Amino acid sequence: MLGPGIAWYLGVSAFLFGVGALGVLLRRNPLIVLLSLEIMLNGANLALIAFSRHAHNGAGQIFALAVMAVAASEVCVGLGLVVAIHRRNLALDVDALSELRG
Amino acid sequence: MGNFLVWVVWVVAAFACIASAVAVVSLRNPFLSALALIGNLGSLAVLYLLLSAEFVAAAQVLVYAGAVMVMFLFVIAYIGPAQETPWAGWSTVQNVAAVLTAAAIFVEIMVAIGLKAGGRLAHSDHVNGTFGSPGWIGRLFLTDHLLAFEITSIVLLVAAVGGVILGSHTRRLETEA
Repeated sequence: MLGPGIAWYLGVSAFLFGVGALGVLLRRNPLIVLLSLEIMLNGANLALIAFSRHAHNGAGQIFALAVMAVAASEVCVGLGLVVAIHRRNLALDVDALSELRG
Repeated sequence: MGNFLVWVVWVVAAFACIASAVAVVSLRNPFLSALALIGNLGSLAVLYLLLSAEFVAAAQVLVYAGAVMVMFLFVIAYIGPAQETPWAGWSTVQNVAAVLTAAAIFVEIMVAIGLKAGGRLAHSDHVNGTFGSPGWIGRLFLTDHLLAFEITSIVLLVAAVGGVILGSHTRRLETEA
C-alpha cells in the first residue's frame, strides 16, 4: 500500500487512546469526560480499520460502525444524565457527585 | 510521487488529529473542546480514507461530526460554559495518578505495536476497488454480520428509550416541586 505502514496508524491510535484516557481521568466536567470517551472510542476505531485494511477483511470496518452506534447511544444517555444533573441544580463535577459512594 | 503525496496527507492528518485531541483534553471552555473534537473527527476521516475505508469515513463525518457533535454543542449551550481549570491543583495525588496511568496505557500499547511492527505488520495485502465501498459494506451487513446489524439497532433503540426516560423523569420532578 502507498504511504505509511499499518504500524504508523496504530501509533496514532495508541496516542489517541492515551490522551482520551488522560482526559477521562483528569477532567472533572462530565461533558469533557464524555468528549474524552469519544476520543478513546475513535482511537480504537482507527486501530480496527487499520487492521481491517491490513488483513483485507471487512469485519474490522463492520466492528468500527458498531462502535460508532455504541458511541451515539452512550452520548444519548450521557447527555441525558448531564441535563438531568443540571436541572436539579447540582454541581457539574464528577468529584462532587459522590452520593452513591459506598 | 504518489507515495510522497500520501505521506504528506498522512502527516498533516495525523498531526491535526493529535493536536486536536490534546486540545480537547486541555482546553478550559467545553464549547472549544467540542469544536476541537469536530476537527479531530474530521482528520480521523481523512486517515480512514487513506486506509480505503470510504463508507466508514463518510459515516464518521455524517454521524459523528454532524449529528453527535451538534447534540453536544446544543447541551453545552443549554448548560452554559462552566469554566474549569484542568491543571489547577496539579500536584494532587489524583492528578499525578491520572497522568501516570494514561502514560502507562500509551507506553504499553506502543511496546506491543513495536514488538510486532517488524514482522507481520510490515506487509499489507493489496486491496481491490470495492474494498470499503458502501455496496460492499451493505452486503457484509446483510449477509455475514446480520446479527451484529440487528443487535446494533436494538442498542440504539434502548438508548433512545433511556434518553426519553431520563428527560421525562426530571420534568416530573420539576412539576412536583
